[in-house]
Amino acid sequence: MPLSDTLRVQLGHGSGGKLSAQLLRDRFLPRFDNPILARLTDAAVVSVAGGEVAISTDTFVVSPLEFPGGNIGALAVHGTLNDLAMMGARPRHLAAGFVLEEGLGFDLLDRIIATMADAVREAGVALVTGDTKVVERGKAGDGLFITTTGIGDLEPGFRPSPDRAAVGDLVLVSGPIARHGMAIMAAREGLGFETTIESDTACLVPLVERLRERVGESVHVLRDPTRGGLASALNEIAQVAGVGVVLDERALPVPGPVFAACEILGLDPLYVANEGVLVALVDAKAAEAALGALQGHPLGAEAALVGKVVRDHPRMVVMRTGLGGSRVVDLLPGDQLPRIC
Amino acid sequence: MKYLSEYRDPAVARALIQRIKTSATRPWTLMEVCGGQTHTIVRQGLDELLGDAVEMIHGPGCPVCVTPLEQIDKALALAARPDVIFTSFGDMLRVPGSECDLQQIRSRGGTVRVVYSPLDALELATRNPDKQVVFFAVGFETTAPANAMAVWRAKELGVGNFSVLVSHVTVPPAMTAILDAPDNRVQGFLAAGHVCTVMGWKEYEPIAARYKVPIIVTGFEPVDILEGMLLCVLQLEQGRHEVENQYVRSVRREGTRPARELVERVFTLVDRKWRGIGEIPRSGLALRAEFADFDAELRFGLGDMHVSEPAECMAGDVLRGKIKPHQCPAFGTLCTPERPLGAPMVSSEGACAAYYNYGRLRTGAGAARA
Repeated sequence: MPLSDTLRVQLGHGSGGKLSAQLLRDRFLPRFDNPILARLTDAAVVSVAGGEVAISTDTFVVSPLEFPGGNIGALAVHGTLNDLAMMGARPRHLAAGFVLEEGLGFDLLDRIIATMADAVREAGVALVTGDTKVVERGKAGDGLFITTTGIGDLEPGFRPSPDRAAVGDLVLVSGPIARHGMAIMAAREGLGFETTIESDTACLVPLVERLRERVGESVHVLRDPTRGGLASALNEIAQVAGVGVVLDERALPVPGPVFAACEILGLDPLYVANEGVLVALVDAKAAEAALGALQGHPLGAEAALVGKVVRDHPRMVVMRTGLGGSRVVDLLPGDQLPRIC
Repeated sequence: MKYLSEYRDPAVARALIQRIKTSATRPWTLMEVCGGQTHTIVRQGLDELLGDAVEMIHGPGCPVCVTPLEQIDKALALAARPDVIFTSFGDMLRVPGSECDLQQIRSRGGTVRVVYSPLDALELATRNPDKQVVFFAVGFETTAPANAMAVWRAKELGVGNFSVLVSHVTVPPAMTAILDAPDNRVQGFLAAGHVCTVMGWKEYEPIAARYKVPIIVTGFEPVDILEGMLLCVLQLEQGRHEVENQYVRSVRREGTRPARELVERVFTLVDRKWRGIGEIPRSGLALRAEFADFDAELRFGLGDMHVSEPAECMAGDVLRGKIKPHQCPAFGTLCTPERPLGAPMVSSEGACAAYYNYGRLRTGAGAARA
């Protein structure tokens, strides 16, 4: 008996996996039916007087509000700037809405605002409008929800898009994966791992700039693998473009402490969220230059070639394991759940 | 970290695969008991790499999968109560009961919390004196010591609002039940390494002798499993049937004595029903009378429940190793991880989930998406 035909929202609907996709597909898309939305890209490209701009929005509900490596404010700024950058846009303006819970300490709020201000300034962007609301104690999770919306200029000739993934493209990641999700999990559950795992939250705009300058149109797809991790991002790209993807397990950059934490909990790093990493599908001829461009920047110092786009098994991501076997890397239904024994 | 890289070393693994292939003068049929071992095999593609030399039949060592439907429904009933904070390992959250699962109970307003240890649940109870905190004590012998400890501490500290819903099962009776089945094809076993870390391997010696099957206590990394398979194949080729320990870095013959003693203080052996398999005598653990106060079934007056499984679910045949997951007609069609008919498609140790999530390419089931 099918159990996911429920009448209510479940936590799994927010995981970035199959339930999330179903939520969009079954409840939202049919009502807002338009060709731009239907593309489900990280940012939407729209026409305004004078040309086209990219617009993107994101909502941040993370708990705890502060964690090693950052806070909800950092995520809120970086997240939307990164979504714009993944469409090849240069972010220009940011808007932010805040839902504040009665009782939220001003000291904490000030720290979050300060982080956002720093992030915005560093990115050369301005927060030009916003809104705040206050709700009663108990109604805003951990005390604060933030929504950010960003607008960016598009460069002619630089329009990465999931449907441009082509057989033969190589898959690059800009840095070590699974840091953010494990940092949050460790902080939230009070898991005292020996090494503190820090979130990788960062603005990816400089990395995208370097790619654009060095290899331009050869970058077919850019994606920031946030919730659902690298596996979910690649699955979505594979499905939209109708191609297969093969990953090389040995090439995946997973930091030792992150890997160990995943092992202890029985989690797969491929599905753990990242906030400061991009994945790029690049024309094979330009891949080496693209890798060099990434590696030349501190954020991309550990960039790696991790896979390729193939004609086989269309719409499926497969991984060659360290032992030379193969396994399918599918979208999960919902959140990853730590194992029992 | 050394262990992880050594026991996943591709060169070592390939060498072991070679040795297995050259040592086997005929195909052998082995069973790996533990679901975690099944997952490593399918995820790393070991079954693919071994070809015809060894057939692995996947055993019932998935505690989530063998938890009876009645226990799941009892858990759901408890979780739905407004006075209860229901705590569980994350793995249980999507296991289907008769009508829904714990995640859905949560979305309907029940308080369901994922914990990493039963001691966290006990802690939750002390911090929420106005609520009843129930912990879903599921597992093989591996998790029994921690659960015993939680109940022991609860009694010691007088934490009156803590209780456990017990669904523990033990491995050896399941193995003998499999061996007693008239159509049994299993010729050798890879025993569950973490169960044996607690229990040791003494209780497997009479099984090996009586049924004349080699039993290799095996770990969970690819090299562990390949070593275990090799030791098993060598015994079969040599006509031996002994208990051997591959998982030397974790297991001793007497196990972990303090853990075993604590389990014996708090729990007693009872007959238990295994989902999909049926009742196996003296195969489960229940709280001893002196700890009855902490038994959630007694505290909340949960009587017997009569439940029925969906007709299409063949979990029982999968758990007994009679069929492989992809041989079930519902596999990948009616039954998928998002809409599971039974627990083996949900649990991170379930064989069906392993085949669906990792192995779809080679079984062909649901391979290409429309």
